[in-house]
Amino acid sequence: MSEQQFEPVIVGFLCNWCSYRAADLAGTSRTKYAPNMRAIRVMCSGRVDPQFVLKALREGADGVMIAGCHPGECHYVEGNIKALRRYVLLKRMLKQWGIEKERVQLVWASASEGNLLAEAVDRMTEEVRALGPLRWRQAVLGGNGHKPVETAEVEVEVEEV
Amino acid sequence: MSEKPKLAMYWAASCGGCEISVLNIGDKILIVDEVFDLAFFPCIADFKHHDVEGYEDGYIDVCLFNGAIRTSDNEEMAKLLRKKSKVLVAYGSCAYEGCIPALSNLTTKDETFNTVYYENQTIDNPNRVVPQVETQVPEGTLTLPSFYNTVKSLDQVVDVDYYLPGCPPEPEQIWAVLEIVVNALLNDGPLPPAGSIVGAGNVAVCEECPLDKNVKTITQFYRPYEIQPEPGLCLLEQGLICVGPATRSGCGALCPQVGMGCRGCYGPLEGVDDQGAKMLSAIASVVGVGDSTDDEFELEEMIDNVMDSLADPSGTFYRFSMAHSLLERVKANGNGTNGGEVK
Ligand code: FES
Repeated sequence: MSEQQFEPVIVGFLCNWCSYRAADLAGTSRTKYAPNMRAIRVMCSGRVDPQFVLKALREGADGVMIAGCHPGECHYVEGNIKALRRYVLLKRMLKQWGIEKERVQLVWASASEGNLLAEAVDRMTEEVRALGPLRWRQAVLGGNGHKPVETAEVEVEVEEV
Repeated sequence: MSEKPKLAMYWAASCGGCEISVLNIGDKILIVDEVFDLAFFPCIADFKHHDVEGYEDGYIDVCLFNGAIRTSDNEEMAKLLRKKSKVLVAYGSCAYEGCIPALSNLTTKDETFNTVYYENQTIDNPNRVVPQVETQVPEGTLTLPSFYNTVKSLDQVVDVDYYLPGCPPEPEQIWAVLEIVVNALLNDGPLPPAGSIVGAGNVAVCEECPLDKNVKTITQFYRPYEIQPEPGLCLLEQGLICVGPATRSGCGALCPQVGMGCRGCYGPLEGVDDQGAKMLSAIASVVGVGDSTDDEFELEEMIDNVMDSLADPSGTFYRFSMAHSLLERVKANGNGTNGGEVK
């Protein structure tokens, strides 16, 4: 592998009751999909504070996926509607920040939709790959003479599956 | 000749309102004068840069530093004053978290120069003259400080001992802080732990705000000039943006009480990194559109239509805290997007 292709790092916030199970299902049914998403289990998509998303982008993620139950199916009734309201506004703000909309995506996947989640991860991986790395600290904040907060340059190698 | 402790106040990228706010503490200013000797205070007394350079390190007991770091000169002064001061206070919102100057982190230095030197309606600049760091003239080279692409807060260039939020800080809060400092200097009184935010509360502005909150949701936002708010009622519940839910208390909720939504000048709440993200969540809670029975595919559009009436969310939610926000500035020339586009 002389010409290494860019492997985006995608942080995925998956709700415990649907999307995390969907990922589980994709795993147990041996669905092949891009290994670029790092899953973080949260109790509900409504638990995803927009700060989590911004922090992930700042700390080196190339994209963030928020995944929850379909509207009407949230374990906490309307947590996902709240997540959607936040997401809609966040998208508008990210545009102002010059962050491409493909980098932050909201996906609904129920516990039985392992394939749907896998497809979403595949699609998003390719979209973000096409955009290239974000490298917020280095590329956006780097040249500003800013005192480096921490120089934790974590290069995560994506394992071959 | 005197043994009084030394006080300094310096402005970097600021409007000068912070200086006025110090004078606004009323007759307490006489106590300040009694207790301190001024070591540096360009707004009200004639000191020069070389005076400060001549001081021993740590000569200044307390330096109130207001203003953001916009130019290389601001940064140099911050470093000099840090060296010469025992206690360095980031005074006011600009020094604490960037404030209005840092709103230009929503765009680039070049765009800022374009607007300021070429495109403003009142600009007449046929020779397209812009400030240069170095200019050759027959007599030699003239220099100006360089203008950064990104506005920084004071603590992004030097270590800061205390933060005093507000745009500007409220007089009682300033005096409360000065009192602690005076007491520490004269009577060995206790000082708050280094790095503390002083002169402010630790709940949200809403908790100090007497307006009636009825947990009402809304379906449209208004800008302040568009409607006359009903007195006595929460402004956010009337569709007027009020950043109170995401803002630290300490001001006494002055603005909402006179019908103007909180702008957020006391910065994020205790324990919150990013004021704008918190405000975004608060907005998501007051928007009353969409519920679990709506069609999945129409939901997003319904909500988006409401957000359409919310002009410039980044500029509004990060009006004072852009430099201290998680992302700090926008990415210029992001693929296919428009850095700093309003709406
Ligand atoms: S529990 Fe899955 S989105 Fe709320």
